[in-house]
Amino acid sequence: MPKLDLKTAGPFIALIVIFIIGVFVNEAFLSSGNLSNILARSSFIGIVAIGATFVITAGGIDLSVGSMAAFISGCMILLMNALMDSIDSMVVIIFLAIIASLGIGAVAGLINGLLTTKAKIEAFIVTLGTMGIYRSLITYIADGGTLSLNFTIGDVYSEVYYGVFLGLPYPVWVFLGVAIIGYVLLNMTVFGRHCFAVGSNESVARYSAINVDRVKTMTYMLQGICVSIATIIYVPRLGSASGQTGILWELEAIAAVIIGGTVLKGGYGRIGGTVIGALILTLIGNILNLTDAVSNYLNGAVQGIIVIVAVYLQRGAWRRD
Amino acid sequence: MPEENKKSLTLSVKKLRKSFGPVEVLHGIDLTLRGGEVHAILGENGAGKSTLVKILSGFEQLSDGELHIGESSGNSQRIDVWNNSIAEQAGVVLIHQEFNLAEQLNVAENIFLGNEIKGRVFLDKKAMRAKAQEYLDILRSDIDPDSPVERLPVSAKQMVEIAKAQAKNARVLVLDEPTAVLTQQESQVLFELIDRFRQEGVAIVFISHKLDEIEQIADVITVLRDGELVGSYPAAELSKDDMARLMVGRELSSLFPEMPKVPAAAEIVLRVSDLLLQGNSAPSSFELRSGEILGFSGLIGSGRTALMETVLGLRRPAKENLGRVELRGERVDFKQLSAARNKGVAYLTKDRKGSGLLLEKGLTFNFSLFSLHKISKLLIDTKLEEIAFEKAVETFDIRMKDKSIVAGNLSGGNQQKLLLAKILEAEPSIIIIDEPTRGIDIGTKSQIYHFIGQLVASGHSLILISSDITEVIGLSHRVAVMYHGEISGVLEGEEIEEVEIMRYATGLKNKVSPQIKQNGTSNAKA
Repeated sequence: MPKLDLKTAGPFIALIVIFIIGVFVNEAFLSSGNLSNILARSSFIGIVAIGATFVITAGGIDLSVGSMAAFISGCMILLMNALMDSIDSMVVIIFLAIIASLGIGAVAGLINGLLTTKAKIEAFIVTLGTMGIYRSLITYIADGGTLSLNFTIGDVYSEVYYGVFLGLPYPVWVFLGVAIIGYVLLNMTVFGRHCFAVGSNESVARYSAINVDRVKTMTYMLQGICVSIATIIYVPRLGSASGQTGILWELEAIAAVIIGGTVLKGGYGRIGGTVIGALILTLIGNILNLTDAVSNYLNGAVQGIIVIVAVYLQRGAWRRD
Repeated sequence: MPEENKKSLTLSVKKLRKSFGPVEVLHGIDLTLRGGEVHAILGENGAGKSTLVKILSGFEQLSDGELHIGESSGNSQRIDVWNNSIAEQAGVVLIHQEFNLAEQLNVAENIFLGNEIKGRVFLDKKAMRAKAQEYLDILRSDIDPDSPVERLPVSAKQMVEIAKAQAKNARVLVLDEPTAVLTQQESQVLFELIDRFRQEGVAIVFISHKLDEIEQIADVITVLRDGELVGSYPAAELSKDDMARLMVGRELSSLFPEMPKVPAAAEIVLRVSDLLLQGNSAPSSFELRSGEILGFSGLIGSGRTALMETVLGLRRPAKENLGRVELRGERVDFKQLSAARNKGVAYLTKDRKGSGLLLEKGLTFNFSLFSLHKISKLLIDTKLEEIAFEKAVETFDIRMKDKSIVAGNLSGGNQQKLLLAKILEAEPSIIIIDEPTRGIDIGTKSQIYHFIGQLVASGHSLILISSDITEVIGLSHRVAVMYHGEISGVLEGEEIEEVEIMRYATGLKNKVSPQIKQNGTSNAKA
């Protein structure tokens, strides 16, 4: 349709406006170092948020992602440190840790999924519970302190975060890859259609021969895998994990999804919007760092305002059609 | 309680027009409602009946025209501001097609919602409960005033709505398809109540697609067609044929298609033997032959839908079930509807809004949801999807303003045709259809009957669950009747007749086939 669709174009326009503000705020904003930093930083929340787009589209919610990321980071570091004694090749150790990370993410998602579908507990409660469990497990494993990755492995692994391909850091490429796969999966496959249908009306989905429980569980597993991918590129950045790792990721991820135009009650989701949402959130933080006009401590407040305004605009746009 | 000396109300509209955005849906309607009259409004789906009654009861604003209200026919005055609360104060009460009940509250609380009886400080719950019981007694309903509304079946919810209208002391009572979800007996009770209201001087507006009912209780009949007023007539002057003709605006071809006979040697495509449903004591058995329509009759809640949903894997049978389901001689145990679909069995739900269509999604999305496996390998082939949809729009004569609207914006009849298209796109050979024409106008009804006729002619086998007895009789080769969760009889040939079906449906007669009897007794021991 030739008419401008505010629902689709809105987040994109907001991104451009915020970008332009950034340009005026500080010359350093446009430096290639700053821009690639923004992209790299947004990839963690972005990847998690792509998983969250599936969960929310199918009518669920996952609050456990931040704790899950911390827990997986801890497991990866413990595993890599332990393998140091028996395996010589750093690359093999890192590879094994990545496989383990994906496995833990998938299983953690499966648990969330089964508890919501088979035990029939509301997703909010299930993931509130697992959020506490993972957070407390990582604190316990780290004995209240910090788990640090062995420096020898850290040196090799840091390439995953700091390495550059065609001018862009690796995490950005991973983000892009996950986004493309997510887009295709949500918009062009049977599974994606089923996510929309389940989130829109479970009863209709059931009477349309859709295995509702399986679709929902799959979305939580996808979420777990996305958390694991984000963790895989996050661990080399700091080389440590603690009870403070991944704090509030769940809220930032949900915020990115909502800013992007996905509907919180389910039935409608947009991967492209989620990517833009993650970029907007990171941009705001970055711009506040570069300016004295607004305190950096108000980052959360500005993000909160953006979420509320975004949803307000979306609702308004709906009422008109 | 309404008193006999209550002054009756006259409510009339002149040259009423209503537009939604640029689209005008009512083009200058004149209508007068008088106290002590039952005024039926007739029209096909989309003719504007619901919009008209929403305006009368203040839920929608009129775009143009006049509204007059008067205590007696003499001195009526023009009303400029008319909204829901003013309408209710004047005593105009609408019972919506979709109910307006607070699901979590109990029956008594719902009856007095917004109209509570107060003691000195707190609500007088005792008085409300007693009064609610009184209203329900008048309806001869055994609904418990303390039961939460969410646990009630649809027909009971309708009764609660009607009890609520009594509590509001209605002077104009507007009933939008009240009998669509009621059994015949419940409908008769409702008609007695309407009659009582009429004698008390209440003006009643009654919308129904059931012409028998209109013939039975209407005093005046107003016919709408495509938002135009066809005319208002004294009920005595119109026959049912006249009504149908005025509604459709053309002569009706025969309502039911000619059905091909089922050869005696036809293969049995579906055999259900001794299937025990959850919460039932008696197992059910029936068989469906190739090219046959097996009707399922019975009162609402008699277990027809539960039986079919158990066969299809949408519900699990009882734990102690020993029965089996066979498809062309092969034993099956569907645990998911997708398993049944993949074996060529499809189910058309009776709840098209709640379980049939995603009302906020597009037409193509809805159309292909049941048969996506057909058009996708790794990715969905949207070109094939579009082609299939275009074809279905043509085949099933689905009418819409434009193709980008969402399913919820289709009229009821077109929603039903879309739902039928969606189910048939999976190319099933056995189709179970549940209440295919509920709340649908007579023109679309006839279309759907002819689709059903074509399906049978092309070798499909059908099970038809319907509470519309004429429909069951008009279409079925054989009729199974259910009573209290069991099949009380399977009727053939001459036996298929309204009174006989009602005997089995109400438990007056029961001819359980010998094979069920055997197992029935063995089951009674267990």
